[in-house]
Amino acid sequence: MKKETEKIIEVHGVTKKFGDFTAVDDVSFDVKRGEIFAFLGPNGAGKTTTIKMLTTLLVPTSGEITIDGKDAAKDKNGARKSFGIVFQDPSLDDELTAMENLHFHAVLYKVPKKTRDKRIEQLLKLVELWDRRDSLVKEFSGGMKRRLEIARGLIHHPKILFLDEPTIGLDPQTRNYLWKYIEELNKSEGITIFLTTHYMEEADKVAQRIAIIDHGKIMTIGTSAELKKQTKTESLEDAFLALTGKQIREEEGSAKDRMRIHRQMWRR
Amino acid sequence: MSTIYILWLRQLKRYFRSRARIVGSLGQPLLFLLALGFGFGPIYAKAGGGNFIEFLAPGIIAMSILFTAVFTGIEIIWDKQFGFLKETLVAPISRVNIMLGRTLGGATVATLQGVIVAIISFFIGFRLEHPTSLLLALVVMFLIALIFTALGTAIASVLEDMQGFQLIMNFLVMPLFFLSGALFPLDNLPKAIITIARIDPLSYGIDALRGILIGQSHFGVMLDFMVLIGVLAILLAIGSYLFSQIEI
Repeated sequence: MKKETEKIIEVHGVTKKFGDFTAVDDVSFDVKRGEIFAFLGPNGAGKTTTIKMLTTLLVPTSGEITIDGKDAAKDKNGARKSFGIVFQDPSLDDELTAMENLHFHAVLYKVPKKTRDKRIEQLLKLVELWDRRDSLVKEFSGGMKRRLEIARGLIHHPKILFLDEPTIGLDPQTRNYLWKYIEELNKSEGITIFLTTHYMEEADKVAQRIAIIDHGKIMTIGTSAELKKQTKTESLEDAFLALTGKQIREEEGSAKDRMRIHRQMWRR
Repeated sequence: MSTIYILWLRQLKRYFRSRARIVGSLGQPLLFLLALGFGFGPIYAKAGGGNFIEFLAPGIIAMSILFTAVFTGIEIIWDKQFGFLKETLVAPISRVNIMLGRTLGGATVATLQGVIVAIISFFIGFRLEHPTSLLLALVVMFLIALIFTALGTAIASVLEDMQGFQLIMNFLVMPLFFLSGALFPLDNLPKAIITIARIDPLSYGIDALRGILIGQSHFGVMLDFMVLIGVLAILLAIGSYLFSQIEI
């Protein structure tokens, strides 16, 4: 029996290099069980690379990541079982129905047949999409897709939910609804939430602790109040700017950005 | 097993739901059958070759399988960034199973596409020597489909975006088709062409189809099968390896 540690995510001296470029440079932090943890940083600061390492999509060049007691590089499948994720870009199958998308996920995560349908129904009702269960996802609005993705991420009872800019491109009503819902989940089921966002007021509102990363290094970690105090600023946005500077980051257009542009053209 | 099945099922569902795509992708093979089949038919008959539509149909069936198969494999490039693939890559399942499920699904779809072209070709005059051999022909069609889906998957695993797509179409897929003997008999060809045809796996697929369906084979159906199975094993191994190395 492994006893449940207080720290559900532990990151020790993690570095990730792509050739000569160091995307993440000797980063260490941890996230407590049941916490809402925000991971903020300007474009190209190393946020996405860090999330990819935490979710086993990338292997660190050096350092150690433990997810719910499992080594993310060595016991990938062990780590994968313990989290759900909502990606920055929608990763639903547009040609399948809401129900089919969730069913697919349940099979991949080997949710027992007996409880599968019950769980899917429960989650679809929770995100208020039960009436639309047999509609194709391509007929859904951006907000509905997000809700469905959150429901999907929860099917296998994860202990951690990763949200990579979950509210990007959504209207204030939907954003508000989503955060309210995420906070409820955190309270009622004790799920640890690890999120990234560019909306500082959202992080300020929901996150219990905030880490700010820039140039691949963690600048600071603390509560919103601590960050403001440390930088002698009034708002989290000002604190963020004080820590990371006002210079606009130029990111080189990646393959992905180019594809995003062509995406609509190519979609069947 | 359940992983492979659900991935396979997903691709079939997508296929049957995209009727526009099914109909659209039949245009090209139909055009080839009509224009080449009737266009060159008289000359072919005069040269003593017999019925050209009969000769051509297996080649065009294989062509539609080739294009559909490579394309479903290449689709992974999209899936990597925007689609379902990302969702499957963080799931607690092995990469080999994901690759196998996708390849089986893509190959089934490509085979179905080939079957539709076969049915069309019956309407415009393709007749079988041995109607009982249809089942065996189906096996060959599925082998061709598996080979080229695996090839597409292997290529898509190393490509970052669609920039290289044209390159692959024009310098790999088109030559695979045009130099395979899909459109002409492999007998009495210049040495350079026959050499290329010999290293093109599609040649053996088409040759096997002709051997089974109309009783004309250049290499011999036994050799065809051995080559197809050998190539499939190699491509599946390479494809699985490259797929397991995908980082996104």
